[in-house]
Amino acid sequence: MMPAPLPWTALAPLIVLAGSAVVVMAVIAFHRGHRLTLALTLIGLGATLALLPAAARAPRAATSLLTVDGFALFFIGLAAAAALVVALLGYDYLSRQEVRREEFYILLLVATLGAATLAAASHLVSFFLGLEILSVSLYGLNAYLHRQALPLEAGIKYLVLAASSAAFLLFGMALLYAATGTMSFAGLAGALPAAPTSLVLPGAMLVLVGVGFKLGLVPFHLWTPDVYQGAPAPVAAFIATASKAGVFAVLLRFFYLAGGSHSQRAMLAITVLAIASMVGGNLLALRQRNLKRLLAYSSIAHMGYLLVALEAASASRAMAAAAVGFYFLAYFITTLAAFGVISLLSNGAGEPADVEDYRGLYWRRPWLALVLTAMLLSLAGIPLTAGFLAKFYVVAAGAAATLWLLLLVLVVTSVIGLFYYLRVVAAVFAAPGAAPALALTRPLAWSGGCVLGVLLAALIWIGVYPQPFLHLVLSLPLR
Amino acid sequence: MILAWLLIILVVAGALAAFTARWGALAPRIISLSAIALDFVLTLAIWIGAGTGPHAGQWLREFDVSWVPAFGIHFHLALDGLSLLLLLLTLVLGMAAVLASWRDIQTSVGFFHLNLCWILAGIAGVFLAMDLFLFYFAWELMLVPMFFLIAIWGHERRQYAAVKFFLFTQLSGLLMLIAILALYLAHHAATGVYTFEYSALLATPLRPGVAMAIMLGFFAAFAVKLPMFPFHTWLPDAHTEAPTAGSVILAGLMLKTGAYGLLRFVLPLFPGAARAFAPWALVLAAIGILYGGLLAYAQTDIKRLVAYTSVSHMGFVLLGVFAAALAVPGSGAAHWALEGVVLEMLCHGFATGALFVIAGFLQERLHTREMGRMNGLWEVMPRLGGAGLFFALAAVGLPGLGNFVAEFLILLAGFQVNVGVTVAAAIGILVSTFYGVEMVQRAFHGPNRHGWQVADLRWREALVLAPMMVALLWLGLYPRPVIRTAAASLQAIEQRTGGTQ
Repeated sequence: MMPAPLPWTALAPLIVLAGSAVVVMAVIAFHRGHRLTLALTLIGLGATLALLPAAARAPRAATSLLTVDGFALFFIGLAAAAALVVALLGYDYLSRQEVRREEFYILLLVATLGAATLAAASHLVSFFLGLEILSVSLYGLNAYLHRQALPLEAGIKYLVLAASSAAFLLFGMALLYAATGTMSFAGLAGALPAAPTSLVLPGAMLVLVGVGFKLGLVPFHLWTPDVYQGAPAPVAAFIATASKAGVFAVLLRFFYLAGGSHSQRAMLAITVLAIASMVGGNLLALRQRNLKRLLAYSSIAHMGYLLVALEAASASRAMAAAAVGFYFLAYFITTLAAFGVISLLSNGAGEPADVEDYRGLYWRRPWLALVLTAMLLSLAGIPLTAGFLAKFYVVAAGAAATLWLLLLVLVVTSVIGLFYYLRVVAAVFAAPGAAPALALTRPLAWSGGCVLGVLLAALIWIGVYPQPFLHLVLSLPLR
Repeated sequence: MILAWLLIILVVAGALAAFTARWGALAPRIISLSAIALDFVLTLAIWIGAGTGPHAGQWLREFDVSWVPAFGIHFHLALDGLSLLLLLLTLVLGMAAVLASWRDIQTSVGFFHLNLCWILAGIAGVFLAMDLFLFYFAWELMLVPMFFLIAIWGHERRQYAAVKFFLFTQLSGLLMLIAILALYLAHHAATGVYTFEYSALLATPLRPGVAMAIMLGFFAAFAVKLPMFPFHTWLPDAHTEAPTAGSVILAGLMLKTGAYGLLRFVLPLFPGAARAFAPWALVLAAIGILYGGLLAYAQTDIKRLVAYTSVSHMGFVLLGVFAAALAVPGSGAAHWALEGVVLEMLCHGFATGALFVIAGFLQERLHTREMGRMNGLWEVMPRLGGAGLFFALAAVGLPGLGNFVAEFLILLAGFQVNVGVTVAAAIGILVSTFYGVEMVQRAFHGPNRHGWQVADLRWREALVLAPMMVALLWLGLYPRPVIRTAAASLQAIEQRTGGTQ
């Protein structure tokens, strides 16, 4: 059989991402320049984003491993845009650190490639490949400031837990393969109903465990707060957004294509994970005094909300996929900007971690305080922000699928969530304390300031006039 | 289009106030005051243009553009007599709030007025929205600025009060969101059309059990805002800790959004379910009237006292609304009850708003809200004392002032529906004389034991109170034009509730 010619246009975004990582690496070998490396990274990511519309017109099934459809391209776009923001935040962040700065961008590009591969994966091999590309570069990114204790701890913790979860995942895939003799999602869908339950059930559950680890779902969430706390703020932003979105995209595709929405057991497992994550994430966040840990627990809860949308596929697959896409769009903007504020407020001595460090921020840095407030309100789902419409969409999808129990849990836990977001907001606007823990005399970095401005504008634009974005996510064919 | 302008003016004025704060504290005050005044003049022009007689068509003004076609969401604003009256109340109290905080607020003046204008925009949006998504949007929108108003410029326990206020209203609001979505999906299931349009959803056929569940979702949000008896605990904290402007808006306007929701949504959308639920609501209303009154009597903090009177007075609103739901069609009881509810909303807004303004003036001068530390203030400030007496008597329900007419109408209707509850509510009026007279006695009468030497009412302060006095007298002596303005809207509600016999 003749191998089919490679669909270059469809694969172009992935190829450009991989290529820019190689170019950056090669350039660093000859000339170390922080600004030059940043510029090359931005060009690479910008080219990736620019190629997306062309790829959307190209053939969909690009090789037997990858399906480059609208859904995949949307998530590739989100990941690349997130990497763009992280690169700009990282430039400012790293320029205040005593480390070799340039390799950060190689790791970032490779991690983005991993997330992009996951988004397009339609085969167990590309699923695992993408996950490992992502994880291995994240080990490095987490521990990038290897002279400090916390990042090092975060890196090692992530290494151990990600590796063990990958082992679970791999074993689960092996069981599925043993039961069906196929590794493509579509093939699994055909073979699974006839396959022996004794192999399929443990296999599917082990895959779910592996994915649960990556998404930080309760009860597989233990690494999340420690890694968020320890990792440099821009890296934590990337883990919270691009990494989770990539894994969620592949979960969604796997779940739909392999027929998970028809399986009672799979739905039950997802329901349990969703409720545990919404309740656990929000309750555990209540007691947090550390903003990054608080955001970590909040992200666990948000993954729980997203699982509600995932389950709504039982009523309408298109609506569920659109709700997930729209939720991630809002979540990306919000999380990137929230970590961006932390990143911009940090200096060589460290990051302002404690909520107390933000007490009275409004009186010292009104703009940063307003950005942080807007982002926290968006996470809480307050109108005028993108987070409100995202949550609305998830609730609407859940209501259409008559998931009343999940919706009730969602409502009650998001009010609990509101409580800790408001606590931070109240601290931001409280009368300033005697002496700020961190000196905030440094002027705002131009790159970071522009990024936050754009993110805030996007947040409010989507919150007020979501039609173009809804149109976009509704036109995402998922194959 | 004029309706959209009403909102745009407020939103833009808020943003301008925040930006101009760098040139001094006066600019934000003048900008927000003139924006609210401009809105007031525009609304007044609509009122005068419409006349006070019955008019053809349901809406006086309407504005409808597609907003989010993907979900069938429209930016649909419409104004009828009921919304018009509440809009006028909103703008009058809005001006009072700006004037009352002229000296009170000295920190972050720009951001303060941003919040103030945006709360008013949210409230006006609630009164105008005819698309349920837009309604929920506006409903939630007024919370965040109010949270800031309490949390930043409030008194000693402001953070606690602000968070409690937000959590109560947010939880109930989310229940309403689910109810709105359930109604939206039920409408789609019945007709195949996705829409949040009020007039379309009115015609949604619902099974009684479903209608009851959805109605309770709406009711939860409105009962917390109103507030109804077991859900009132956020109110004393929020009202007491808020700055004067915040208390005026909370008591005068935000509580009215709950009452408005009952009138506009609960009764017409779910007449059968409202009727089935009415006995419970009537009992809770009577408990609220008595309990609020008794707790008000027991307070020593003047703002807390006024706050608890709101629980009592809004009990009358709840009583009236559900008396209308239960009334036998053609008996006139529904008619009286609804008229009474509208008058009670307006009068309570003016009287309680004014009492909070007076409490604010007292605190500004004396730096205390404890009535035990006041005594004999009449000697040093007779004008403020007189104003206090006037509004206290209005709250008590003195004939000649608006509250009397309102409560009389509600009791008249209630008596035909449920004698026991109405008798209990009438005892509530008696309780109100205790706390009203007690407040004036403790704060203003007796010897000036603490030797206060403070300024009497200034002209700017008198300017805040005078229109409210006029309004209360007008509503008490000649309420007819106001009732006629609301008549068409009330008749529409009455027809819906009477239609499902």
